[in-house]
Amino acid sequence: MNKTLVAAGALLAGLSLPAVAQQRSIKIGFVSTFSGPPAVIGADMRNSFELALDHLGRTMGGLPIEVIYEDDQQKPEVGKQKTEKLILSDHVDFIVGYIWSNVLLASLKPAIDSKTILISANAGPSQIAGELCSPYFFSTSWQNDQTPAAVGLFMNQKGVKNTYLIGPNYAAGKDMMVGVKATFKGKIVGEEYTRWPDQLDFSAELSKVRAAKPDAAFAFYPGAAGVQFLNQYVQAGLKGQVPLYTAFTIDETTLPRQGENAIGIPGAQQWVNDLPNDANRKFVADYKAKYKASPSFYGAQTYDAALLVNSAVVAVKGDVARKADMIKTMEKADFASVRGSYRYGNNHFPIQNFYLQDVVKGPDGTVVLKTVATVVKDDQDVFHDKCAMK
Amino acid sequence: MKAFFTVRNIVIGALLGFLALLPLYVVVTGQFFPLTLFTRIVILALAATSLNLILGYGGMVSFGHAAYLGLGGYVVGILAKEGMTSGFVQWPLAIAASALFGVTVGALCLRTRGVYFIMITLAFAQMIYYVAVGLDRYGGDDGLTIYRRSEFAGLVDLSGNVQFYYLCLALLIAAIWLVSRLVNSRFGIVIRGSRSNDRRMQAIGFPTFRYRLACFVMAGMMCGLAGALLANHTDFISPAVMHWTRSGDLIVMIVLGGMGSLFGPLIGAVTLLTLEEGLSRVTEYWQIIVGPLLLFIVVYARGGIDGALAGLHRG
Amino acid sequence: MRDEVILLIEQCLNGLQFGLLLFLLAAGLTLVFGIMDLVNLAHGSFYMLGAYFAATFAALTGSFVLGGVLALAATLVVGMAAELIAIRKLYGRDHLDHVLGTFGLILFFNELVRLVWGPAGMNLPLPPYLGGAIEILPGVYYPAYRIAVIAAALMIALLLYLVVMRTRVGMLIRAGASNREMVGALGINVQLLYTFVFGAGAALAGLAGLIQAPILTAHIGMGENILIVALVVIIIGGVGSIRGAFMAAIFVGIVDTVGRAFLPDLFRLVMTPAAASTLAPALSSMLIYVVMAIVLVVRPQGLFPVDGK
Repeated sequence: MNKTLVAAGALLAGLSLPAVAQQRSIKIGFVSTFSGPPAVIGADMRNSFELALDHLGRTMGGLPIEVIYEDDQQKPEVGKQKTEKLILSDHVDFIVGYIWSNVLLASLKPAIDSKTILISANAGPSQIAGELCSPYFFSTSWQNDQTPAAVGLFMNQKGVKNTYLIGPNYAAGKDMMVGVKATFKGKIVGEEYTRWPDQLDFSAELSKVRAAKPDAAFAFYPGAAGVQFLNQYVQAGLKGQVPLYTAFTIDETTLPRQGENAIGIPGAQQWVNDLPNDANRKFVADYKAKYKASPSFYGAQTYDAALLVNSAVVAVKGDVARKADMIKTMEKADFASVRGSYRYGNNHFPIQNFYLQDVVKGPDGTVVLKTVATVVKDDQDVFHDKCAMK
Repeated sequence: MKAFFTVRNIVIGALLGFLALLPLYVVVTGQFFPLTLFTRIVILALAATSLNLILGYGGMVSFGHAAYLGLGGYVVGILAKEGMTSGFVQWPLAIAASALFGVTVGALCLRTRGVYFIMITLAFAQMIYYVAVGLDRYGGDDGLTIYRRSEFAGLVDLSGNVQFYYLCLALLIAAIWLVSRLVNSRFGIVIRGSRSNDRRMQAIGFPTFRYRLACFVMAGMMCGLAGALLANHTDFISPAVMHWTRSGDLIVMIVLGGMGSLFGPLIGAVTLLTLEEGLSRVTEYWQIIVGPLLLFIVVYARGGIDGALAGLHRG
Repeated sequence: MRDEVILLIEQCLNGLQFGLLLFLLAAGLTLVFGIMDLVNLAHGSFYMLGAYFAATFAALTGSFVLGGVLALAATLVVGMAAELIAIRKLYGRDHLDHVLGTFGLILFFNELVRLVWGPAGMNLPLPPYLGGAIEILPGVYYPAYRIAVIAAALMIALLLYLVVMRTRVGMLIRAGASNREMVGALGINVQLLYTFVFGAGAALAGLAGLIQAPILTAHIGMGENILIVALVVIIIGGVGSIRGAFMAAIFVGIVDTVGRAFLPDLFRLVMTPAAASTLAPALSSMLIYVVMAIVLVVRPQGLFPVDGK
């Protein structure tokens, strides 16, 4: 009965409605967090995306671009709903965004089921790098475990013998801890997962860190939580007592509020604002000129996502129905990325360098991030074997 | 003779007709989004109808009714993850789990009244919410994606959107019919009598506690079924579906549509959710009228939309 | 001092701080409930408004303390206005109407805040003199801000106690909580009393909000989660009883904090750290609701009820 209805409907539709297949513009759906404390990250991503579109002359493959921004409110079920709306109601050609790993995991199925190309400009859960990998998924960021693994290597270099791990209790937090443990050679004397996202008061956990007296502590707290964690770490008097190593806890969106508390606290990243390549220099300079602020790694990854989409659209000359061809082009990562060139693994996650970043006082007195060293070159995530592709 | 073609009956009839014919429109235009939206509306209307049974007719203000949505949903989700995707197993278990929760919670809660009843139902809902948050294997707060919908050995294909929609609609109509039979039976009279004056009902000789508990459990089972439907519809379940503010949303639907009326919950669900979908495209500040509107209805227009429509006839 | 003892002291202080915060929130709620027999779900909205006002005024005046004082005044005004315009209509109705009406107010205030301040939330940075740690006992460092919070909250609690127990207004409040009809019959302007009590309750909630603002940042919907805990506190303590609210709040604060701190270690003996950290806070949160359910079934008037109930 269903099939008859569909057939009748399709006939009617085919006869009566104008051909919908004509592409008049490239529609891109953008899912990020635009409300609540993390809104500053969403704003950074949006600004960077808009800047990229400006640099592309607001067209891709000759067609104008239409972006629809949706707020996931940092909640998996809302992100999923918004993703579905973008696909079913707005009929977008691409979906970009996703700060949070749990939101991405909830939103993946509708995109894959509808064969819509989804580009994660931040979240990199291990499941999507492994068994849940899909040809329609691309990452312009990293896989969650890679960055903390780089920090672990650095901690070994520094002679840290034991450490206390602390992070939020959701998909990305768990990935981060696994990542550190994969490379860190010392002993783990404590492992705490705090409630996410509403726990911003770390007094209980910081007391335990102090009591354990580790050589060092490792923390992963993105966004506003990073501000709170770092400031409370300093307020508790821990900064001088227990050296802190971080991933994604100190970035250009959190530095203004962390200020001098962040000085001397290292982290790892695949992009730092002072990377010496032309695309990056242009990105950072134009961003500062247009928005009067410094872009963060979230923004850099989103900028790259726009360029990645563009490379695909240009290759098919605007005919976005040719998904297989677009995917083939995207797999080449043939565009000028702000992190320098990189290539894709079989699971569509980047194979790239990771750098050590430190926080110092800049020439004008403000605190800035700067690259100190390359921790690891051409690093690939450890889950690509679990992916059935290629 | 009671007039059949009252304004209210015409509106309800038109609404039912619209719901029945929606898939035709969707298939013709190829716009599948309205079908997704209205499937969700129908499922939530089922949940609201179940709550109306105890709240509207029984005066039992449960602020934890969304817990059943979660219970039903998690039974489906957990079984699906563990490899059991047969709807013939999942759905009865979802209803049974809801019945068990309802009996346990009801036996304790129904000893209290007024705001204490509200608080204790909320407490139990929060407890089960935290149990779900604590289920590390099933995603905890991140939620659980459901990769295969409930299977019924070929009888009904739930992944077919139109079939699924009609199933939900049929279940909603069946639920409304069931509620109408219940409230107009002797059972219903005891429940409604117990709402206005419990002592008098007991004095007449009815063991009201047992009746109210049975009513509470039935409402829970109906909502558990809605939960199983919702999990299938969204292919996803997370503790958020059980949060107390979601119970609040169900209550808003009932009050808006008309408490203690058969079609009130459906009217409320349709109104609230289409407003949400429609107005949000016009302005992002539309919600500012929902709050005062609710307050207004509570103070001045107790019958909700259904009551207002009925009043038009008397006009 | 031994490490375990230091840890215990710190955790107890953390629990005390959280408990006192809950008390500030619960005090207003229990007064309104006890005297006006009104369940005010929108109490959390005043908590949120206090945070936003404080962030705004602190940014405008450049002073943390001045910003806080102005925020309190502003929240008091908003509270009294809400009472005059909306809450007043709900007196005498059944509890469902209160719940629905004030739920509507929650939705309204959330949208109002979004309209006025935007969706992103606001920060309230701590002044430098509150930003460090103080060695309160040899070897025991505790953040200065939290010590300030504990001290301030204890002072407010004392002030509240003195007002309620030793002044005429306080006597009216206590009388109203025990027998509201009698107070009206004695010729007291009950309307005015109600407006004042509601406003004071809102201001206390606002104080709790502005205290939390430097840590949580002011954001929309921040009142919803803590409101439920405050309701649990007043049920356990006994509706209308300030003393009950105090005891129950400290109890809940310590149980939640200590549970969060030590339960994961206990669970880690039998499961992975991630699973332990998932289950433990869930369990300690559940525990509070279990206690409330027990109280409701066994002793519904609460553990420290007002006399006359």
